[in-house]
Amino acid sequence: MKHREIAIIGGGPAGLAAALRAANLGARVLLIDRSDYLGGQLIKQTHRFFGSKEQRASERGIDIARELAAGVTANEKIQVMTEATALGYYEDGVLLVEHHNKITAVKPDRLIIATGGAEKNLMFPNNDLPGIYGAGAVQTLVNVFGVKPGKKVLMVGAGNIGVIVSYQLLQAGVEVAAIIEAAPRIGAYWVHAAKVVRAGVPIYTRHTIKRAYGEQEVSGATIVQLDENLQPVPGTEKDIDADVICLSVGLTPLTELLWQAGCQMIFVPELGGNVPLRNEFLETSVPGIYVAGDVAGIEEASAAMMEGALAGLNAAASLGYTSESLASDRKNVLAQLAGLRSGPVGEKIRKGLAQAML
Amino acid sequence: MRIEQHPILDFKNGNKVKFTFQGRELEGYEGETIASALHAAGIRTMRESAHLHRPRGLFCNIGNCSSCLMVVNGESNVRVCVERLREGMVVETQKGKGELK
Repeated sequence: MKHREIAIIGGGPAGLAAALRAANLGARVLLIDRSDYLGGQLIKQTHRFFGSKEQRASERGIDIARELAAGVTANEKIQVMTEATALGYYEDGVLLVEHHNKITAVKPDRLIIATGGAEKNLMFPNNDLPGIYGAGAVQTLVNVFGVKPGKKVLMVGAGNIGVIVSYQLLQAGVEVAAIIEAAPRIGAYWVHAAKVVRAGVPIYTRHTIKRAYGEQEVSGATIVQLDENLQPVPGTEKDIDADVICLSVGLTPLTELLWQAGCQMIFVPELGGNVPLRNEFLETSVPGIYVAGDVAGIEEASAAMMEGALAGLNAAASLGYTSESLASDRKNVLAQLAGLRSGPVGEKIRKGLAQAML
Repeated sequence: MRIEQHPILDFKNGNKVKFTFQGRELEGYEGETIASALHAAGIRTMRESAHLHRPRGLFCNIGNCSSCLMVVNGESNVRVCVERLREGMVVETQKGKGELK
């Protein structure tokens, strides 16, 4: 049995930020990720981030991932275990990890769960045909591996991911037939939406997908207009020729480990689904288990990094580690988070978080 | 299909390697995923569902959803969206839940 001061599950933006902050305060950290690299989903984000300088605005996700991962790898207080899957956390405080077909038991004093989120699916006939992907899946294919998913794409969802991935598909030389959005307005930042519209991609608001068609693979879809009550308007059906359909209809937290560990959960639609109740220190109802990033509620990567920083500081501080700047560091991170969640853009998140506090 | 030109990205491919899909010899790059190499060759159907025997392809591409399970070197239930391609791999469509060896 290995003893560690802090174990962190997930090496995405939240987990990496948590590891760095905790280690910088002096704690010994074990960082576990099931992939064979660090950075999580940042590695496919080639667009520039919004926000202020502290929130890494105007930097690209791929560059932030590289820098954070390099910092973590170089830090001698952090042990990194990739290709390692956390299987369960038990009453006696033991975490089981599968690594290269072997099971290892770790007993951490504190656990930070930063497992992220996964893309949601959407119900419609034939939604399982090959050629129908999560938008993030296509983003990985195109931006990480340089491979096109097909020739012509129908994007479902005009939120940030749908619109940004549409633009990135255009950059990769893939045609985007249309973007459809059930809501009456585009959810994405206008600067991105304007770019795709300028490139000639129509965005149909108040539209949804009625069915996909195709024999062995998708070859098109019927879309339909929606009325005020989100009901299909008969006679408004339109066929769209597309060998790729991307679903960009939101993400949901990957909470399996939290449920298994017995954390109190609550369903909050504003945060993407079931999320853990947590206190202001990001500690869950199980003492010693902290959460950060999308697993605690779907937000952007910049917020995930800030939550990671906060969880890392708090977990290390709870073990007695401190520094002259601890109080001001913590205050600064909280101010950053408040900034990211301010204004009309952050309204949904604020409403969601208010329901998830212990 | 591979992207030939990109305005901001420069794809650093590994060495070319050969592998087979359903007995057919294909080429891909070391370090990319099996799913990526198959897509580059225009192959998007990866398995057959257990109950209705419908074709299934990639969905999440991050090793989470199990849509892309295939038989690789005789081993069932390999998530080809995260498994890296290596020289000589034998990749096959998976029917149903796959056999445990």
